[in-house]
Amino acid sequence: MTQAMFQVLIVEDDSAIRGVLRTLLEAQHYRVIEAENAGRGSIEARSHRPDAAIIDLGLPDRDGLSLIREIRDYSPLPILVLSARTLESAKIAALDAGADDFVDKPFSAPELLARIRAVLRRNARGEQQLPHLRLGRIEIDLTARVATGPDGALHLTPLEFRLLECLARHAGMIVTHAQLVREVWGPERAGDTRGLRSYVRMLRQKLEPEPGQPRYIVTEAGVGYRLILDEPGPERLD
Amino acid sequence: MTERRDPDELLADVQREEARARRGRLRIFFGSSAGIGKTYSMLEAARGARAAGADLVVGYVEPHGRLETERLLIGLECLPFLEVRYRALVRPEFDLDAALVRRPAILLVDELAHSNLVEGEPRPRHAKRWQDVEELLDAGISVWTTLNVQHLESLNDVVAGITGVRQNETVPDRVFDEADEVELIDLPPDDLLARLRAGKVYLADQAATASERFFRKPNLLALRELALRRTADRVDAAAREYAGRERHSRPWLARDRFLIAVAPDDQAEQLVRVGKRFADALDAEWIVVSVETPELLKLGEARRNQRIEVLRLAESLGAETVTLDGATAAEALTEYARLRNVTRIVVGEAKRRGWRSWLRRSTAIELARRGREFDVSIIAQREAPGSPPRAYPGSVPEIRWRRYWLALGISAVCTGLAALMYPYFELTNLVMVYLLGSTIAALRLGRGPASLTAFVNVAAFDFCFVPPRFSFAVSDFQYLVTFAVMLGMTLVVASLVASVRAQTRVAGARERRTALLYAMSRELAANRSFDTLAMVAVKHVAETFASEAVVLMPDPSGRLQLPEGERAPGAFAGADLSIAQWVHDHGKPAGLGTDTLPAAPAQYLPLAGTRRTLGVLAVRPRQRRRLLLPEQRHLLETFAGQIALAIERAQLAEDAEAARVAAETESLRNTLLASISHDLRTPLAVIAGASSALADPNVELRPDARQALAHSIDTKAREMSELISNVLDLMRFEAGEVRLRLEWETVDDLVGTALARLDERLRGWRVEVVLPAELPAVRVDAALIIQLLSNLLDNAARHTPRGTRIRVGATQSDDTVELSVEDTGPGLPPGDPERLFAKFQRGREESNAGGAGLGLAICRAIARAHGGRISATPRPGGGACFRFVLPIGAEPP
Repeated sequence: MTQAMFQVLIVEDDSAIRGVLRTLLEAQHYRVIEAENAGRGSIEARSHRPDAAIIDLGLPDRDGLSLIREIRDYSPLPILVLSARTLESAKIAALDAGADDFVDKPFSAPELLARIRAVLRRNARGEQQLPHLRLGRIEIDLTARVATGPDGALHLTPLEFRLLECLARHAGMIVTHAQLVREVWGPERAGDTRGLRSYVRMLRQKLEPEPGQPRYIVTEAGVGYRLILDEPGPERLD
Repeated sequence: MTERRDPDELLADVQREEARARRGRLRIFFGSSAGIGKTYSMLEAARGARAAGADLVVGYVEPHGRLETERLLIGLECLPFLEVRYRALVRPEFDLDAALVRRPAILLVDELAHSNLVEGEPRPRHAKRWQDVEELLDAGISVWTTLNVQHLESLNDVVAGITGVRQNETVPDRVFDEADEVELIDLPPDDLLARLRAGKVYLADQAATASERFFRKPNLLALRELALRRTADRVDAAAREYAGRERHSRPWLARDRFLIAVAPDDQAEQLVRVGKRFADALDAEWIVVSVETPELLKLGEARRNQRIEVLRLAESLGAETVTLDGATAAEALTEYARLRNVTRIVVGEAKRRGWRSWLRRSTAIELARRGREFDVSIIAQREAPGSPPRAYPGSVPEIRWRRYWLALGISAVCTGLAALMYPYFELTNLVMVYLLGSTIAALRLGRGPASLTAFVNVAAFDFCFVPPRFSFAVSDFQYLVTFAVMLGMTLVVASLVASVRAQTRVAGARERRTALLYAMSRELAANRSFDTLAMVAVKHVAETFASEAVVLMPDPSGRLQLPEGERAPGAFAGADLSIAQWVHDHGKPAGLGTDTLPAAPAQYLPLAGTRRTLGVLAVRPRQRRRLLLPEQRHLLETFAGQIALAIERAQLAEDAEAARVAAETESLRNTLLASISHDLRTPLAVIAGASSALADPNVELRPDARQALAHSIDTKAREMSELISNVLDLMRFEAGEVRLRLEWETVDDLVGTALARLDERLRGWRVEVVLPAELPAVRVDAALIIQLLSNLLDNAARHTPRGTRIRVGATQSDDTVELSVEDTGPGLPPGDPERLFAKFQRGREESNAGGAGLGLAICRAIARAHGGRISATPRPGGGACFRFVLPIGAEPP
């Protein structure tokens, strides 16, 4: 293996934004493939087999959502949506269509890069569970279901563990309310998000240094939650 | 001494003057009879005016084949006649539309009293020429015309009395009185007779036979006197008005009010004309009253139609017409007279004579006895010669034979019963059985069958039981008293029942009308949109008048349109838009039952608003007669008035709303432009400046300077982005496009997320979060509430110096949670704190704090959308406190 460079496909109709993204990504040693519409994006995705895709929702030839669905049909390729559609409903629609995460336009460079790193990590890991988490001074062994704080063992209920596991599987990425309820409580409880809110609250009280201003389990208003882990040292996982 | 005039009257004067200035002027060449040279004088005057350069056109002049007249027509522009076909006849008629198209300054139209051929082809628009003339005047065309005294409506019967010839063609006095100029053409009777003998007077064929009686010297003298007097009255009135309007200076209360009571008899028409003369002579208001008594209902249709005609005549003469109901005319009249402060009641002479007058007093006598507050004038009935006695066949009520058979059956039962009782009871008791039978018949079967029962009962009693039995002979004289009482009692009971029943029917009909009107008004009041109003109106009119109806509204260009969309039940699809348009433009009714286009199958009523005609109501009754009854017409007019009122109310409301929205939009647009241009340009200036510095290879920048420039670009770009999202959000709120996605959320999560979002912005402030441990979950749209909190926090940071404290708190009451954001800055600006939540409102106008003044407006919109409220108060100890009260929401199921 010479240089294991990640390939990122950018499907975006605005050339200025493509230019900025290319500069940003290439500075981080990613290889960039550009497509200015969905048709082109579809071809590039099939031919280049990129490691991740950044897709704009408002494309000139067809809706970005349909491109996301199309790609999802044949590939688990991580997809990051970059869109000016800031309505929560639009975000949920994109996530439901198969996108892994989204970044609002206008975006900030550090945020975008962090998201890309997160989705790439998920891809490298596949659907496997992270063995253990480290939230500040708290260590959590998800396999053994043991949590240890600076003052000794922390008691987490099985449901709290499952919630944490679910968030950890998508670490760094957004998980919608519906997805959380489905994966933790099961499909029959879908729609009842009230319990979810109080479990998240309890989890924060146990894990967050400042539960009033959480930094690990972050709320994405109207959409879901995101588990933010301290970035591991090396950029790339081999 | 100058007397101050009522401002209303002054206003009325001004309006009259204005209307007059727009209207054409009417000049009438007025004479006592045919043949005195009115047409000739008119044409001579016309030649003079033409020579002086006036734009004068002859619309219609009947030359009557006279050479002199025809000579005068030479050189004058004449409109072609309109050929009107009627059966086999073709008659030249005046062409109204051609005249309206030509629009001369002055138009000559001979014979004001002429009747158009209503049944002719093409259909004339109006029944009478004077209506054509009115339309011309309304169109601003001055009209010269001719008129004989015998054609004046109010003098019609007087002239008939003098000459023995009744005129069918009449002109309302109003037209004559409102004419701008009346020129009396006078010729001594001897000269006229001489002209007649010389064959210079044209007489229509039908008039020729009457001419022998008409053109006699005494007649001509009397007519001349009438014409002179009528002209003198006019001159007098004009002089009075000119001399300071003497009659207006009288207090209105002192003005006499006459009540003319008409019964459905031959004298009614005379009474109306007399009333008009009385009212004119004494400058009084006059009301023509007809009383709907139970007796009226028994009259034949012809008589009832006559009553209607009389009321119409009264209306055309300028009277107010009223229909009352009551058991007796006298009672209803006195009551109404008191109500309206009537000074005099005019009635016809007593019709009941002999024993009937003794049995029940005539209305005239009864009125005189009852009414102490007013004078009663009793007008003697004069035979109007020349008027053919009109035959009014009494109604032939259908005879219900079944009832007569029942009547006989009752008699038979009575006789049977009496026969059974005969061996045991006295004869007087048998009489009771018969009496009971008669009374039942009277109660149940009506007067005819009851009378039959009475007679048969008497006969049967006499024949079967009164000795000698089985003969009609009566041995004892006293049984005759029994017979008389039996008969009398039955008849009295029967007529009593009949009259009560009839009165109930009258009252019932009246009540029904009132109820219908009330029902419609109420339903109209409950609606605001035009379509529903029209639907409601059509429904009620259709039901009430057994008809089809439609409300036609004009489009913005003033053309009437048939309503679109689904049709209400009872909608009238075949409305004639050209008639409706005429009605709309002239504000006068037309079609069935009116003087204009009476042959049309439907009546078209203008829906008159206070400022303009709002639309037209077209009604096509299933039975034509339905709309010809004045009561029905009045009711329909009342309906039209109610509908117009409702439509106007809706229009006013809509106009006011539109004006308000327009004003608000306008001011919003201005503020928006000013605000956006400022708030976008400032960060853009920073971005452009910084980025161009970075991009310029000639500018040497130290790394930390580059960093600073890049950072300022980043900050300003975020600011702009925030601003644009705020504008967009507010627009979405205003457009009503925001649908709340309500979920159960915890308050600490909401607050935490808002703080996290503003993490960087709030660096430098000491932020304190004080939340009670046990706060309930709230059902809200998390994204919006977080935005609200962020806006409040951002606002606090914007208006307070760094290093000060910002405190976020929450408290719970029964069913609400109150969130607050407090700062210790300079506090609220003076003035109403509510103002801060308005769009583009900045706390301090000249403040450099930035922001477009949208943040708090969005907060308010979000709070309201959640059914909560937001307020700003000064914080005790300095600073400001923004509170936001949020309902917790329903418990989840």
